[in-house]
Amino acid sequence: MKLEMKDSPGQLVAALKPISDVGGNIIAVIHQREPDSTDDTLSVQIVLELPEKKIDSLIELLHKADVHIQRIGHERLLYRRTVILIGHLMHTDLSDTVDRIDTTGFAEVSELAMSMPAINERSSSRLTIKSVTRDDMDRAMGILHKVANEKDLLLIEPLEEMA
Amino acid sequence: MKVAIIGMGSVGRGLIEMIATKDLGMIVTGIADSKSGIINEHGIDLQKALVRKKETGLCGDPKIKAMEVVTNAKYDVLVEVSPTNAETGEPAISYMKTAMQRKKHVVTSNKGPIALAYKKLISLAKKNGVELRHEATVAGAIPVFHTIEHGLAGNEIYAIYGILNGTCNYILTRMADEGLTYEQALLEAREMGYAEADPTYDVQGIDAAIKLVILANTVWGNGVTLDDVDRTGINLLTPDAIRLAEEEDCTIRLIAEADRRTDLLRVSPRIIRKNHPLVVNGTLNAITIVTDMARDITLIGRGAGSVETASAIIGDLLFIATCYDRRS
Repeated sequence: MKLEMKDSPGQLVAALKPISDVGGNIIAVIHQREPDSTDDTLSVQIVLELPEKKIDSLIELLHKADVHIQRIGHERLLYRRTVILIGHLMHTDLSDTVDRIDTTGFAEVSELAMSMPAINERSSSRLTIKSVTRDDMDRAMGILHKVANEKDLLLIEPLEEMA
Repeated sequence: MKVAIIGMGSVGRGLIEMIATKDLGMIVTGIADSKSGIINEHGIDLQKALVRKKETGLCGDPKIKAMEVVTNAKYDVLVEVSPTNAETGEPAISYMKTAMQRKKHVVTSNKGPIALAYKKLISLAKKNGVELRHEATVAGAIPVFHTIEHGLAGNEIYAIYGILNGTCNYILTRMADEGLTYEQALLEAREMGYAEADPTYDVQGIDAAIKLVILANTVWGNGVTLDDVDRTGINLLTPDAIRLAEEEDCTIRLIAEADRRTDLLRVSPRIIRKNHPLVVNGTLNAITIVTDMARDITLIGRGAGSVETASAIIGDLLFIATCYDRRS
């Protein structure tokens, strides 16, 4: 979110405090003084993680602290992983495969690309999965493993950095 | 240094050629193939042996068996380069044991014995005060064990992962570059001599898994076996899957990975960024070693080939020559 506040001592801390008050986690603070700014306000961009449904209380708290919210970019799910599934995807109910991830509440299939060469031939698909945390992503992968096993699909995962 | 060589397939012949043409300070006193053997304590005429093998299919006298060469020839190091038997490791295991009981060093490219009986063999080597070296068993010419043992000495090795099977890498490269089906790419690999008539070992990831077991046992001594490896091959991959990966600037490669921190042992096709250092083309191999001090080290090179494998064997032989008395 992009915030605007008075350019006076203590203001930035005052703006950040409500974030921790609602249980949020600050990932980055980008502070750039506009070169053509003549007034005494300060613009700050903050990247943060918030527990679900806490955004409204944060907005309220920031208003009370006299901080003006210029923009809120909303990305609920932070982790993204792309996998490929090969097999009889349609015959094994692709929408069920997707639902098994989507109904978890902590992960969802956000993109699906597919190619079906011919009836009765194995098809290939690329799924992009998003989740809130790394742990959730691992849990979603566990579910996908299980589904792939049940439906005799080949699951190809990305190589994660091991360092 | 006196050397006896068991096995005269492509690796054995490449090794004999290099010993014959390069000044390595080695005398070959015994050679055996599956049907014949030759012993000469003053040194075998290697060119003659190569010609004889080519013309008759035998390197020496059919009355002399390999075990006789192992037991009777005068040598400092036994080089065991007979074909891999992944089920029992025999007869190579018996050759190695016999040589080590005679207090002779052993150098091998044979994956069977090292994957199946490493613990027993290495303790026998220690008991007899000799070396058992097997650089050529994993990733051909790439000196992965020398790098870990000497170059990275003092480092804790967290994980090792990479491309350990050139046949699979060739097939995947051709599927990606030319849009070939798996079957077409396999056929081409056979025509090029990169794939066996029965490609099961390569394409189902068994060969890569055996190499992973050898790496894990050598580096961590954890006694894992082939059954401990979670293994998926490349034989069910489709050109469409590779194209779908390419749309995201990625490709698919068969990756073998061993992680000591999570006890992970896995061989599987993986989506990998095209500009990742492990994405090598054709039959090349590539290995990344993850360590505490040096962090990541990636080695790339030829994973197979007659002279390439001989390079790894000669590296082991000369290491032994440097560490032990050359004149003995």
